Amino acid sequence: MNQELGPIASILRHVVLLFGALIMLSPFIVMIVTSLKPQSEILSADFTLWPKTWYAVENYRAALTSTPLLLYMLNGVIVTVAIFVLQVLVALPAAYALAKLRFRFRGLMFGAVLLCLLIPMHATAIPVYVLLFKLGLLNTYASLILPFAISVFGIFLMRQFFLTVPDDIIDAARIDGMSEFGIVWRVMLPTAVPAVIAFGIFSVVAHWNDYFWPLIAVGDRNLFTPPLGIAYFKLDEAGTNYGPLMAAATIAITPLVIGFLLAQRRFIEGITFTGMKS
Amino acid sequence: MADQAYSRPAVRGGAGRGGLRWFDPVAAALAGPALILMLIFLIGPMVVVILLSLTDYQLGAASLSFVGLHNYAEMFGDRTFQKSLANTLIYVGVVVPCSVLLGLGAALLIEADRRMRGFYRAVYFLPVMATLIAMAIVWEFMLHPQFGVVNLTLEAIGIPGQSWLQNPSLVLFTLCGIGIWQSIGFNMVLFMAGLTAIPSDLYEAASVDGANRALDRFRLVTWPMLGPVTLFVIVITSIRSFQVFDTVQVITKGGPNKASEVLLHTMYTEGFSFFRTGYAAALTVIFLLFVLALSALKVFVLDKRTHYA
Amino acid sequence: MSETDQQSSCAGHASRRGAVEIRGLTKSFGAVSVLKGVDLRIAPGEFVTILGPSGCGKSTLMRIVAGLERQDGGEILIDGGSVDEMRPSARDIAMVFQSYALYPHLTVRENIAVPLRMRELSAVQRLPGARLLSASARRAVREADRAVRDVAALLKIEPLLDRKPGQLSGGQKQRVALGRAMVRKPRVFLMDEPLSNLDAELRVHMRAEIAQLHRSLGVTFIYVTHDQAEAMTMSDRVVVMMNGMPLQIAPPEEIYDDPADLAVARFVGSPRINVLDGRVQGGGIAAAGVVLPLATGLADGTSVQVAIRPNRATLDPAVAAPRVSGRLVHRENLGSDLFLYVATEGSAEPLIVRQDPGIAGRLAVGEAAEVGLPVEHVYVFDAEGRRIALLASDARRRAHG
Ligand SMILES: Nc1ncnc2c1ncn2[C@@H]1O[C@H](COP(=O)(O)OP(=O)(O)OP(=O)(O)O)[C@@H](O)[C@H]1O
Ligand SMILES: [Mg+2]
Repeated sequence: MNQELGPIASILRHVVLLFGALIMLSPFIVMIVTSLKPQSEILSADFTLWPKTWYAVENYRAALTSTPLLLYMLNGVIVTVAIFVLQVLVALPAAYALAKLRFRFRGLMFGAVLLCLLIPMHATAIPVYVLLFKLGLLNTYASLILPFAISVFGIFLMRQFFLTVPDDIIDAARIDGMSEFGIVWRVMLPTAVPAVIAFGIFSVVAHWNDYFWPLIAVGDRNLFTPPLGIAYFKLDEAGTNYGPLMAAATIAITPLVIGFLLAQRRFIEGITFTGMKS
Repeated sequence: MADQAYSRPAVRGGAGRGGLRWFDPVAAALAGPALILMLIFLIGPMVVVILLSLTDYQLGAASLSFVGLHNYAEMFGDRTFQKSLANTLIYVGVVVPCSVLLGLGAALLIEADRRMRGFYRAVYFLPVMATLIAMAIVWEFMLHPQFGVVNLTLEAIGIPGQSWLQNPSLVLFTLCGIGIWQSIGFNMVLFMAGLTAIPSDLYEAASVDGANRALDRFRLVTWPMLGPVTLFVIVITSIRSFQVFDTVQVITKGGPNKASEVLLHTMYTEGFSFFRTGYAAALTVIFLLFVLALSALKVFVLDKRTHYA
Repeated sequence: MSETDQQSSCAGHASRRGAVEIRGLTKSFGAVSVLKGVDLRIAPGEFVTILGPSGCGKSTLMRIVAGLERQDGGEILIDGGSVDEMRPSARDIAMVFQSYALYPHLTVRENIAVPLRMRELSAVQRLPGARLLSASARRAVREADRAVRDVAALLKIEPLLDRKPGQLSGGQKQRVALGRAMVRKPRVFLMDEPLSNLDAELRVHMRAEIAQLHRSLGVTFIYVTHDQAEAMTMSDRVVVMMNGMPLQIAPPEEIYDDPADLAVARFVGSPRINVLDGRVQGGGIAAAGVVLPLATGLADGTSVQVAIRPNRATLDPAVAAPRVSGRLVHRENLGSDLFLYVATEGSAEPLIVRQDPGIAGRLAVGEAAEVGLPVEHVYVFDAEGRRIALLASDARRRAHG
């Protein structure tokens, strides 16, 4: 597939791909352009790519002041980071045990992991909601974080990776005096850094963008994550106040887009995991 | 130091003749937390949701009683559910073939030449990771009947604009369009992974064998090699499409008049707006059956491709 | 650790550490019995090689000694004390692995320091930044640094200290692995085929270096290999293991010159030893058409096997010995040595004779050849392959000795 195309085919390829790219990008272009325009211009019947009047400062200020958008972003960071850290803390030792130790119920446990891989998040929402309700944990950070502390996909992925680590290194570590937990954090984790990063991107993107569960679990605005924040921003005051709304949308997707542009390959790798999981 | 007794780790080889111990403290400490969380948040809820679907439980109610299959009977007689299931199936039926074909086309075209490959790949992938809620709101704005970009563009080239989200016969397909827009990049990277896995000497062999035109090479090498990947991508996209919720919830709320009602949204409304937990659990079970059937297919496909080691 | 009587048996090393005693060790994996009762006493400072074909249980034995695997039966004592209940790191042993098993994310310096850091620093002190707070941690780290430098100097790997294992050649990795084992000054070194991933030339070189290292450290080495050249050149004693049982435990020369078992005789020596089927006949042994005057004291008609090394068989007519007649089928000239393959009636495989080119230089393939079997160099084994003591050999020994 690596041979160069002829001139006509090459031009055709660019024409088709550029047209597609325009469609793929159009929401992003519209979003950014609109976030720079005053309402009068937005509601006018002709669309211009370049704002006639620059209204960026006003729109972005409105987005940040009329709603605690920065707090939502902070919540997003807290929740995604906490989820990822917990997932690693829980999944790595389990993955190590499944990959490298022989214990009585290993087969059973791995079977359970494979089974749980098939369960979509939405299917457990009702019982988990009831559970958190009974525990009085709804409307807390815990309700946003705890249900995702376990990532069977993380266990599965890390186990596959750990299988490739030679047993001799683990034996050497035992002789050098490391405990089994020491081996997990001092030997397995450092050798698995690329896999952990890819998994981290997968996890952070999934939970930063998640709308379904936060919508169910929290009603307190102080706990809103960015998707929830924007949805409500649109709902109450800014229903038609498009400038600030688009500014808020731009702000919400910016962290991930920047991350993506900086580390394209890893992002694609990480998000492709979704396919193996969902 | 030398006399410190130790509980031997479950090293490879295990405990010899007697087989493995019932309780292994090291393994328990390592895998225990994961197991407990799995039971609390995954396996337990799966069982509970099935049990709840057989009751009339309402969140906050003091008691619940067993009602057998009553929820299911009610569900299948309910017009909303019928509409919701039909809509979901239509949504999947439209999004899957379109986004798989377009994803395949994008992957083939982008990989066909080196020029601007990175740029195209990034652009087509961007919708996959951009927060869907934010983009749904942008789409709603773009689809506005009067000053939305979509209608403005269409009118500029002489096509009458539409009420994309207000017209009951159009709204579901509009949502399909957003779903396709979001899935193309995802399918594209899966196909790209499949394409790079094709050994390049196969193409050389095909050229030597006289397959000179691109189309011949595609039919001789690419397509047969890509077949299993395609199956895999179809199943995955089906599962993802079945879970459509964000766009519906934030743009249409299932309307107008249930024209865009989908399974997860019905489940959400029943369970978390009306708190008819038992009934929502029954909806969940139906949703789950579809997803599990598709997942079973995926595991089957994955197994064949030895993704699982 | 009390001095026990067993160490008095190795009077020369009584003050040194590292006496290893293995008693009745057994191990099975499922239904497969891998070790079938291994007994072995190793004196402090001794270099013992465990030699055997692939799958005979060498690694399993080492892993049990190291504490990485639990035995089913029997016990391991180091310096008289049982180590069966000790974790690997508490046994005061070090192990070098065939794959080197270096931590890929650590530099050479850090790799070598790991055992010391694990031993000298508490879990809290190992946390990043703890050194700023604790003086004892600082001291321990400084001492570890010095120890690493000393070891690196000894192994001549100082220029590599800041590299990662991925940037090293096989031989360099091997040295680092040795360094990591040495730095903790263990009482016993375990090495499981440490040279088998190196190319032939480097292997010969490292062989000499390990032997040299053993002399300078003076601690016990237990070395596993399936390469007889390594076993013969480096060790004080060789344990030839087959099917989970030591068949012979003896110094290398004795293994070669005085094999206790036909399997040992076949496994050691290159090219392979010549074996002929024989039968006791009137105070001698009939084989390949001749009667060898070897007195076994066995009843007439008992079947036995006789064996002779290629370098002891001869085509030199000047040597007085019973002769087996055959035909030259192949010659292999290695320059220094000439190997002649002679097909005879009594043996399925041709007899191999190592000969001076001067004597057999003119013999061409296809010609008749008479192989002389000097009886003082012929070993006799019973049907099960155990060595049979010869009645005449007493007289023979006396005559020679
Ligand atoms: N964990 C295990 N489970 C089952 N069988 C095992 C295990 N480890 C080793 N064995 C078996 O035990 C036998 C001896 O293995 P061992 O590794 O000790 O052989 P070895 O002498 O070191 O061979 P090599 O020279 O190939 O390294 C082999 O048949 C092997 O298959
Ligand atoms: Mg081995």
